[in-house]
Amino acid sequence: MLKMPEPLAETLARRAEIVAALRAIVPGEGTIDSETGRRAYECDGLTAYRALPLAVVLPETRAQIVDILRACHRMGVRVVPRGAGTSLSGGALPLEDAVLLGLGKFQRILDIDLENRCVVAEPGVTNLAITHAVQDRGFYYAPDPSSQIACTIGGNVAENSGGVHCLKYGLTTNNVIGIEMVTIEGEVIRLGGKHYDAGGLDLLGAMVGSEGLLGVVTEVTVRILPKPPCARALLLGFASVRDASETVAAVIGAGIIPGGMEMMDRPATKAAEDFVHAGYPLDADAVLIVELDGCGPEVDHLADRVQSIAETHHATSCRVSQSEQERLLFWAGRKAAFPAVGRISPDYYCMDGTIPRRRLAEVLERMQQMEAEYGLRCANVFHAGDGNLHPLVLYDANVPGELDRAEEFGAAILRLCVEVGGVLTGEHGVGVEKRDLMGTMFSKTDLDQQMRLKCAFDPPGLLNPGKVFPELCRCAELGRVHVHGGKTRFPELERF
Amino acid sequence: MEQHDSKTEGVWGPRPQRGAGAEPLPAGGEPELAEIIATGAPIEIRAGGTKRPWGRPATGTILDISALRGILDYDPAELVLTARAATPLAEIESALAQAQQTLAFEPPDWRALLGTEGEPTLGGTIAVNASGPRRIRAGAARDHLLGFRAIDGTGQIWKAGGRVVKNVTGYDMSKLMAGAFGTLSLLTELSVRVLPRPETETTLLFEGETAAGATAAMTAALNTPHEISAAAWLPADIAARTKLAAATSLRLLRLEGPAQSVAYRAGALGGTQLDAATSQAIWRDIASVAPLLPPAGRCIWRLCTAPALAPALRDRVQATFEGAETFLDWGGGLLWASLPKQDAATALHALLHAFGGHATLIAASQQYRAGAVFQPRSAAQAALEARIKRGFDPGLVLNRFRMSEAW
Repeated sequence: MLKMPEPLAETLARRAEIVAALRAIVPGEGTIDSETGRRAYECDGLTAYRALPLAVVLPETRAQIVDILRACHRMGVRVVPRGAGTSLSGGALPLEDAVLLGLGKFQRILDIDLENRCVVAEPGVTNLAITHAVQDRGFYYAPDPSSQIACTIGGNVAENSGGVHCLKYGLTTNNVIGIEMVTIEGEVIRLGGKHYDAGGLDLLGAMVGSEGLLGVVTEVTVRILPKPPCARALLLGFASVRDASETVAAVIGAGIIPGGMEMMDRPATKAAEDFVHAGYPLDADAVLIVELDGCGPEVDHLADRVQSIAETHHATSCRVSQSEQERLLFWAGRKAAFPAVGRISPDYYCMDGTIPRRRLAEVLERMQQMEAEYGLRCANVFHAGDGNLHPLVLYDANVPGELDRAEEFGAAILRLCVEVGGVLTGEHGVGVEKRDLMGTMFSKTDLDQQMRLKCAFDPPGLLNPGKVFPELCRCAELGRVHVHGGKTRFPELERF
Repeated sequence: MEQHDSKTEGVWGPRPQRGAGAEPLPAGGEPELAEIIATGAPIEIRAGGTKRPWGRPATGTILDISALRGILDYDPAELVLTARAATPLAEIESALAQAQQTLAFEPPDWRALLGTEGEPTLGGTIAVNASGPRRIRAGAARDHLLGFRAIDGTGQIWKAGGRVVKNVTGYDMSKLMAGAFGTLSLLTELSVRVLPRPETETTLLFEGETAAGATAAMTAALNTPHEISAAAWLPADIAARTKLAAATSLRLLRLEGPAQSVAYRAGALGGTQLDAATSQAIWRDIASVAPLLPPAGRCIWRLCTAPALAPALRDRVQATFEGAETFLDWGGGLLWASLPKQDAATALHALLHAFGGHATLIAASQQYRAGAVFQPRSAAQAALEARIKRGFDPGLVLNRFRMSEAW
């Protein structure tokens, strides 16, 4: 288990004073003080890690957010922002000495502007609600993380969320065109808007994916797209992962960027098929779902080309969806892969590395060896188009030691991803989960540069500490921004 | 295209060399460059030098980084290319073309616009976040930078991002570096996302529309699922100067993709079709702002607001500045404006502040570039940007004053 920063005793001792200050800003039920009330917020989607927040505050207006941050800044109290709490990396994990700032009450869509193809939403609006708000006019919001029914757009900005359509339509960062944010000092800053680009330093780009460490997002403007008139999916079976990988490379090499291109290995396929009965080929070592979207003639043309490429690469089965119902059925198993795996194992641990696709077969072989080494099984689903792996390590938390072994196995997988030229996380974020692995990808110098960005936004290091960086930010020690007379300004900062 | 002679008209060419720091520093690799930066003397980064007259004049000795050249890794199936910063774009585009791929943000060639010669480089293009007409569909240059190596203002070599298209490990430093004009770090190596080159293209022409009518029509077209990859409107006087030598205003919509798909969508949208070669040529001219050239004696501004506001913005610009010449790209989201030489910064920045958006001076003589080239920030944002600058470059060594009077 990873170690979180020691709660500051001084802050814990001032809890009553801090709660009173919050209550003066957000009266009544908006400030949660009771232990049972706080307990509801003790973890996010990374459920192995839990902590009781110092207090929970649920503001309803931007002015309240400004006042809360100002008060916390003045009192030197840490703040953990939270959307829907669906993070799989512990991005919204509370700290015992931090105020949990919940943005769940910001649920209004403020502006639907079809002329400029954008929607302005408060941060607590769910990802799917944006699409729901515009779909009757023929539009949708492209990034579609699998938690889209619950996860919020503010959380998507924090995590730079992806989904199965990233290869063609990009991540959150490519689809968010403006935000309003509040700094820890309570300054309101608007970045971007309904226009293209912003000129000057791209602070909007820096904010997206900053995991709640730089500021609190209070409004988001997203680009919406006209819905493609037609989509068809191909369900392809292969006798080997290698054949499936080569098919993926050949499809892209032929100049085709599918709307989605997903791979499942044999264990994941079997679990999914048993769960949803989508007609997946159970004799295949790898299954590919390739979705093509666009106008009808383009989709038909590309479906033929993908089918012929798959056949050249020894596909053992090939079905092309003949109806919308069949297309959704092909997807049903993939979209239910996680719960399906949940049926065959008491617990699973979902990893999120990205690798250069050409190394896939080799990575999967090494992971099979690791299964023996760690004594745990692993099922793989894979955003094949962009190289984003989701190995699911199966374990039983009730068996002593299995969780630790699962975490070690997961860490070994991520180190392998970095070793072959990939990265630790493709879309789930670093959070707590991958924090201590940052050193496998980045040198101290590299991480210091990232901390300099943090220090520019949040000099006292109060926003979401203990996440992303393997040690607390050393703004003073970095020696550039806030050294006065050679004195270290934050001697109390611990290293962990 | 008419070549603008930078030598006879000093204001458009490279700036006159100043004092003791006039000699370019010796070229070298990453460690050598880091050593030079670590000395703490202000330097102005130069590779191809083609975008040097854009932005505020930087202070410092020229640091020639053109030795940082060459493609380091390119596997078409991975859709990623890694190259050293000063690799000419032409070399990269040629390698990509062999695999039928391209830089989807369509880097514009602004040499004629800026009165420069030489080879545009990958690093320079990303550092200024310059994107062409396909920006409305494929995103900006900043959306294509996946990772980099760089040297900060103290001479430390560092890296961020990765060589894969999907990565959220740590802050997205690539976004911060793209468009920073080399003020935060010297980019030495870049990994960029590449995409298949469209199989074919056509452009649909619609004649005789007003700015308001054309903007509404561009919006309507962009709101169909027909995947318009570029949308521009040229008033009659500007359209007359293009290869098409049109006698009326022109609205242009580009479609790209497999031939069957392009034919189908073109049929659905109507208009007069241009063949692929003419289509390519006309968008190359629009990207390079050719219809407003030569820029001699004028200031050229890039004005960005919400696309639907384009006609109102254009009316205001035409009414405020006598002799203004304008055209629309990015479906209305980009208004190019060529104004008779004058200090228009205060007026245009106020106008764009009111409209919501930003005005950037792209081409002008040095006299005008010394003022506010970029849209001014709120006090809070300006303070934040200054802290970021000082975090990466506490001694203000890199491209000092290129983006801001303060740093």
